[in-house]
Amino acid sequence: MSEKLTGAEMVVEALKDNGVEHIFGYPGGAVLPIYDALFQQDAVEHILVRHEQGATHMAEGYARSTGKVGVVLVTSGPGATNAVTGLTDALLDSIPLVCITGQVPTSLIGSDAFQECDTVGITRNCTKHNYLVKKIDDLARIIHEAFYIAASGRPGPVVIDIPKDVQFALGQYMKPSTQIQHNSYSPNVEGDIGDIETAVDLMLQANKPVFYTGGGIINSGPRASELLRELVELTGFPVTSTLMGLGAYPASGDKWLGMLGMHGTYEANMAMHDCDLMLNIGARFDDRITGRIDAFSPGSTKVHVDIDPSSINKIVDADLAIIGDCEHVLEEMVRLWRTKTNAPRTEAIKPWLDEVEKWRAIKSLGYENSDSIIKPQFAIERLAAAVKDRDVYITTEVGQHQMWAAQYFPFEEPNRFMTSGGLGTMGYGLPAAVGVQVAHRDALVIDIAGEASVQMTMQEFSTAVQFRLPIKVFILNNEYMGMVRQWQELLHGSRFSQSYSESLPDFVKLAEAMGGKGVRCDDPKQLDQAIAEMLDYDGPVLFDCRVEKLENCLPMIPSGKAHNEMILADTADISNIIDEKGKALV
Amino acid sequence: MNSHLRASGSAYFLTAAKNNKERHTLSVLVDNEPGILARIAGLFSARGYNIESLTVSETEHEQGLSRITVVTIASPKTLRQIKLQLERLIPVHKVHDLTAEGNPLERELALVKVAGAGEKRVETLRLAEAFRAQVVDASTTSFIFEITGKTSKIEQFISLMVPLGLVEVVRTGLSAISRGPDGM
Ligand SMILES: Cc1cc2nc3c(=O)[nH]c(=O)nc-3n(C[C@H](O)[C@H](O)[C@H](O)COP(=O)(O)OP(=O)(O)OC[C@H]3O[C@@H](n4cnc5c(N)ncnc54)[C@H](O)[C@@H]3O)c2cc1C
Ligand SMILES: Cc1ncc(C[n+]2csc(CCOP(=O)(O)OP(=O)(O)O)c2C)c(N)n1
Ligand SMILES: [Mg+2]
Repeated sequence: MSEKLTGAEMVVEALKDNGVEHIFGYPGGAVLPIYDALFQQDAVEHILVRHEQGATHMAEGYARSTGKVGVVLVTSGPGATNAVTGLTDALLDSIPLVCITGQVPTSLIGSDAFQECDTVGITRNCTKHNYLVKKIDDLARIIHEAFYIAASGRPGPVVIDIPKDVQFALGQYMKPSTQIQHNSYSPNVEGDIGDIETAVDLMLQANKPVFYTGGGIINSGPRASELLRELVELTGFPVTSTLMGLGAYPASGDKWLGMLGMHGTYEANMAMHDCDLMLNIGARFDDRITGRIDAFSPGSTKVHVDIDPSSINKIVDADLAIIGDCEHVLEEMVRLWRTKTNAPRTEAIKPWLDEVEKWRAIKSLGYENSDSIIKPQFAIERLAAAVKDRDVYITTEVGQHQMWAAQYFPFEEPNRFMTSGGLGTMGYGLPAAVGVQVAHRDALVIDIAGEASVQMTMQEFSTAVQFRLPIKVFILNNEYMGMVRQWQELLHGSRFSQSYSESLPDFVKLAEAMGGKGVRCDDPKQLDQAIAEMLDYDGPVLFDCRVEKLENCLPMIPSGKAHNEMILADTADISNIIDEKGKALV
Repeated sequence: MNSHLRASGSAYFLTAAKNNKERHTLSVLVDNEPGILARIAGLFSARGYNIESLTVSETEHEQGLSRITVVTIASPKTLRQIKLQLERLIPVHKVHDLTAEGNPLERELALVKVAGAGEKRVETLRLAEAFRAQVVDASTTSFIFEITGKTSKIEQFISLMVPLGLVEVVRTGLSAISRGPDGM
């Protein structure tokens, strides 16, 4: 029998045994024993954040860019409550996190002790699962189980709340077993082979097929993206993706339609509307995608591949549901396709592809450029051009800049785009970039930001400085909460209530004050040079890119409208497009 | 396709399916661990599902399993979601929609306190006998009855007791089990 360990030592041991190399955290009274155990080893590097929300987003960026579980360590009470936003964000975007929270000693639980909060109660509905560890004998098993639950099936955040007395208690450590068997949790990864074959038969008969791919492909791992590419090549079908699935199929691929949904391209949305076979692979029919449900792709047969049975028929009914992991299902689809035919269906579906080309010719991402003011779309295009040969990861905040990043930055590989899709958390991007950079020290990591969002978690720039993480924060500064302003123009008579970014800091001075570099540019002719200056600097940079203030993010499917009722860029006046019913929507 | 959804204008109006709601009894087998009831109840409130009745007790002691009976009223589509969402909870082993599986055996127990004198007291006892309610406590001015049966029977009994001096009622909520030889 091995030597007994304290609970705190077990935490560190269990982290190592689960392959953890980095954790993001902030100390406090209820986790001091764990911090002490961390102090006495070097296998796990601790990244000290400036606010616990930052730690959660860093762990998300870390997880999304590596496929590993992101780990957070925070204290009880305010430490735990500060982590709630990131936990919820990870739940909605299916990001695997393990968040360890300190708790007051078991004997004090329920007594309103100092820095006590009901962490498991508060996080019950914003985690995939959570635990309060009451006995040292349960600790190791629970930590291993938490990693398994976070990473398997539909990934998500798991909280482990550890009272301080359990951190001090001595117990027998147990290594993770290679074959974790949970008695009530066993996600189904292998889709039903008969159903997969039916799907392939539908594909062989389809005249107007489209792949609608989502974050599930990214969750499934890089092999799923490879298989998707192979299947697209084999079939010759056009492919679109949600915001969360960008990069699974390369933007330079000739079957690529661009992103779909509220701010998707005309060709992607028209193809979704008019198709006769929709192949949903790892997407969840989010309301940014469907628009008006009763007008959503009215004539199509819908195949839905998802690992979570509750995603099926939640919003849109599937004609054929395949419950399984994208990688496995795609693998079988590729195999079965090959057994049934050896040619793509490009000829058979030519009229459909021709139609798609006509939609593409509308050039829905066209915009009017200017030689005196930097257009935000132009800024992203120039950024993309400047980094096209680099090993680059992009994160974003939330707002217009996020959509412009999705529209104008070409993603060629999976796990390269980190964004808050489901919760839409302003302040996600900067800490997420820090987390990505921790995992990929030599890569170029850029947060495409808005001036309002970035102020929500600005302090993590200081974390980047401390750990020499050369993140680039590229702020599209339109002096407005642009997305809010756009909706106010659309719905509320251009009364820009509280959406002007008043009293902005001088971002250049701010960067310098925090120990990084600041760059400012407001002239389209100087932009390339300013971007080069940012890229050349070997350290964190805040780039204050002054852009057109009143630009709208188009195209757009207004709330309550159908896919074929998009607003395109040349519909100049957007103020009368949404009817009364649509105004109530978000 | 999606013809059943035609009535709604958008994902936000999915609640449109109001008129086709059904009452279903679900049986949920769970690990009996701290917080499990909060997890189940929290799921219902967070997703806007309705709980008509909920009972829970440990049933398989060696394995530490509890059986929860939930009665809910929802559209068929929502009922499917409720089942799937419950199954997503980590400590949930199995969920059976007993109503969908066919005519489950359902029972409820109520304790009914009635106070009164004279003619009313006699009438109270006569009705109790007709409903097979047992007298489990009595004083010179009151009775407590124990009655088990289907919800409808209990409700009928209670309403008959109102004019006879009903003081208070406690009910266990519904317990249900499928008929026939097979278990969950
Ligand atoms: C301001 C703003 C505007 C937005 N506009 C748009 C827009 O125009 N277009 C757009 O697309 N999005 C937009 N979004 C994002 C949107 O809100 C959703 O987050 C996004 O559409 C969901 O992507 P998804 O369907 O791929 O699902 P995800 O949230 O990525 O979910 C993945 C799905 O795949 C399943 N899954 C997970 N792992 C696996 C696996 N291994 N195998 C199989 N299945 C798996 C999950 O169960 C889930 O159903 C916007 C967000 C914001 C903040
Ligand atoms: C934490 C949080 N609060 C509020 C919102 C609502 N919201 C969405 S976009 C947005 C404005 C974002 O402004 P900015 O960061 O400048 O981006 P822009 O739209 O101008 O590109 C707001 C307030 C949100 N998404 N997240
Ligand atoms: Mg802005």
